[in-house]
Amino acid sequence: MVELTIDGVRTTVPRGTTVLEAARSMGIVIPTLCYDPGLTPYGACRLCIVEVVKGKRSSLEASCTLPAFDGQVIVTNSERVKKARKIIIELLLSTCPTSKKLQDLASNFGVNEVRFKIKDKGCILCGLCVRYCKEQMQSGGIGFVGRGTSRRVGTAFGDTPDECRNCGGCEWICPVCERACTADSLMNGLCGGCQNYAPVETCTVCIGCSESVGARGHKVY
Amino acid sequence: MKEVVVGLASCGIAAGGIQVYNKFSELLDAEKDETALKQTGCYGMCFREALVEIIEDSKRRTLYGQVTPERVERIVNEHLRGGKVIEEWIVKEEGQFLAKQKRIVLHNCGKIDPLDIGDYLASGGYQALKKVLSEMAPEQVIAEVARSGLRGRGGGGFPTGRKWESCRNAPSRNGTRYVICNADEGDPGAYMDRSLLEGNPHSVIEGMIIGAYAIGSSQGYVYVRHEYPLAVKNLGVALEQARARGLLGKNILGSNFSFDVKISRGGGAFICGESTALMASLEGKIGEPRPKHIHTTEKGFHGKPTNLNNVETWANVPLIINRGAAWFSSIGTERSKGTKIFSLVGKINNTGLVEVPMGITLREIIYEIGGGIPSGKKFKAVQTGGPSGGCIPERLIDLPVDFDRLTEVGSMMGSGGMIVMDEATCMVDIAKYFVKFLTEESCGKCVPCREGLDRMLDILTDIAGGRGREGDIELLEELGYAIRDTSLCALGGSAPNPVLSTINYFRDEYEAHINERRCPAGVCKELITFTIDKEKCNGCGLCAKNCPQQSITGKKKEAHVIDQTTCIKCGLCRDNCKFDAVVVS
Repeated sequence: MVELTIDGVRTTVPRGTTVLEAARSMGIVIPTLCYDPGLTPYGACRLCIVEVVKGKRSSLEASCTLPAFDGQVIVTNSERVKKARKIIIELLLSTCPTSKKLQDLASNFGVNEVRFKIKDKGCILCGLCVRYCKEQMQSGGIGFVGRGTSRRVGTAFGDTPDECRNCGGCEWICPVCERACTADSLMNGLCGGCQNYAPVETCTVCIGCSESVGARGHKVY
Repeated sequence: MKEVVVGLASCGIAAGGIQVYNKFSELLDAEKDETALKQTGCYGMCFREALVEIIEDSKRRTLYGQVTPERVERIVNEHLRGGKVIEEWIVKEEGQFLAKQKRIVLHNCGKIDPLDIGDYLASGGYQALKKVLSEMAPEQVIAEVARSGLRGRGGGGFPTGRKWESCRNAPSRNGTRYVICNADEGDPGAYMDRSLLEGNPHSVIEGMIIGAYAIGSSQGYVYVRHEYPLAVKNLGVALEQARARGLLGKNILGSNFSFDVKISRGGGAFICGESTALMASLEGKIGEPRPKHIHTTEKGFHGKPTNLNNVETWANVPLIINRGAAWFSSIGTERSKGTKIFSLVGKINNTGLVEVPMGITLREIIYEIGGGIPSGKKFKAVQTGGPSGGCIPERLIDLPVDFDRLTEVGSMMGSGGMIVMDEATCMVDIAKYFVKFLTEESCGKCVPCREGLDRMLDILTDIAGGRGREGDIELLEELGYAIRDTSLCALGGSAPNPVLSTINYFRDEYEAHINERRCPAGVCKELITFTIDKEKCNGCGLCAKNCPQQSITGKKKEAHVIDQTTCIKCGLCRDNCKFDAVVVS
């Protein structure tokens, strides 16, 4: 067993537990996108970052891959963490503007403007489908192709792989593609976040984007 | 007896070294001329390649620079056969170039034949290995390296002795441990590791064998870029020769210690220079990093304790064993010991490979060793540490170069690239260039690095294109700090450095781009126009002749005019004008 402090509360967890699991067992909410209890932690979305305090210095680490150590001091909701999470959500929204899950997250975190160029890729490359296919279905039919901005989920040579058993698990586990926001006006957005804003423009990007429409913002859908 | 030594590292070959070598072998008659023709690695003075050194009676040496096959004949006739030195071809900068350097790791580079183990042995090679195997226990070796204060030369600067110790002490069920040499050098403008592997591969191999003995490993790997064909070839030859002499393989030098090294060629992904990504790639998986909460010294390659060091770090090890930790730690500053190799490139007179003691100032490197900035231009900034290093401005030029001081000013030691920029360099353009490189080379696993850098590039492209908006600088800073804080590995963690450091030191340039739609250095194409000064133009027509767009018109001996509608702003007219009549505004 190891003893650590999360948000000022001391807790004891079995050795090998991650900080994310320890915090969640205490009822602390940490948002995640690429984490699933049944799959190997991957540490790609970086939403679950927490502040690890080491004396006077501190660093941000992804809690899903951070093992709990004795004497660790963790802060899950500091200003630094919140600020970094907001930027990550903003970045994710700019790659996947119609995802309901991301819009909900944005709404929760008070992100109501996307200052970056929208490049709708419909995928946040969280790798859940890849890991699900390999680890749960023992298939490995899909994987990552390419590097950097050209990285995408694909199959070998673009063909339907023999390993694929059409289980649909990849689709099922996907956090962003399951219910895309199809609202044709701000009022009808799925997340509800946009109802806080007066309808200024017709836009499907319902992240409460009254501020993001116009000269500075993204294209109006 | 005379020796003719031709520099045949990549820099020498690029400058026509092979043709020079062939010409020598064609003209020289070994017996009649009593001359031996040899080849060697990089001597550091890449700006004077192809270099030919002539050694008479093993002491009097003459170094000729920029030798071409045409010049070979005169060297053979006048110098080798006539005994008359050709003064005008001698490399005159040699004294100045070497004065401030302390060449210990590079000592044999450019002197010995990398393809002949005999040369390395004759210069005292493999003595350190002999000493270690016959006199020292592994713990003693580690203690010696730890005492020397050697820090990793690949960029991180982690104390090597401590790394070895934790790898040796890490539990391994069947006792398997690996040592790896990281030769995946991918920084633009950096070629320290390549030159070492090309010019003196045995020093790296010897370091690895000593390290393996200290750590208790029996298998080593060199992960080297496939883009370094000569380094791969020379290393392969060196390994074969070492094996043939019993320096690698079973029971090395009659001891109980066995060790061998395999070469693994990387496909050219920059990210594979990161230790965990390198090991993933070595295992045959996608080269992407994993979180390092459990160090690779405990669980690395194939889940076994693995010690990874950079080429230069390994090459330092035999020196420490031979001359002692006290000697090594007498060089350098309090927390950075020894020397560091830099590849000095960019807007500098003496482009090349330099090895300097830690703590030397940037001014000494740039003005004394490097010989200053070409064509009388003013120095503006120097970028250290590869693409993810920072730009250090002129006012900090007296900064002593060591791990901690470079980090303090927002840059880093990195693996040792040093890119010098003059006043005609636009800092926004530079930041854009490096972010573009890193965007392409990011593995794409984590969001801040993949998407963050991409959006950063968008904003920088907008600023450079005259579409910058108020608040863009603040947005870049906010995004930069977030990327640095939240990225998974060191690539993302240091990637915003070029942007953050240029904003920090050259904020006025960003503001000029955004507020005044002006590029002060006259680089960003969308913000500049080329015009011809009527007073200065004498109508020689050289600009019109060189214009690829035929945009320049004018009668002979009369002032010419540039047609702005077809001008592509390539700058060829300015480069060709002998009267400074082409004005950039």
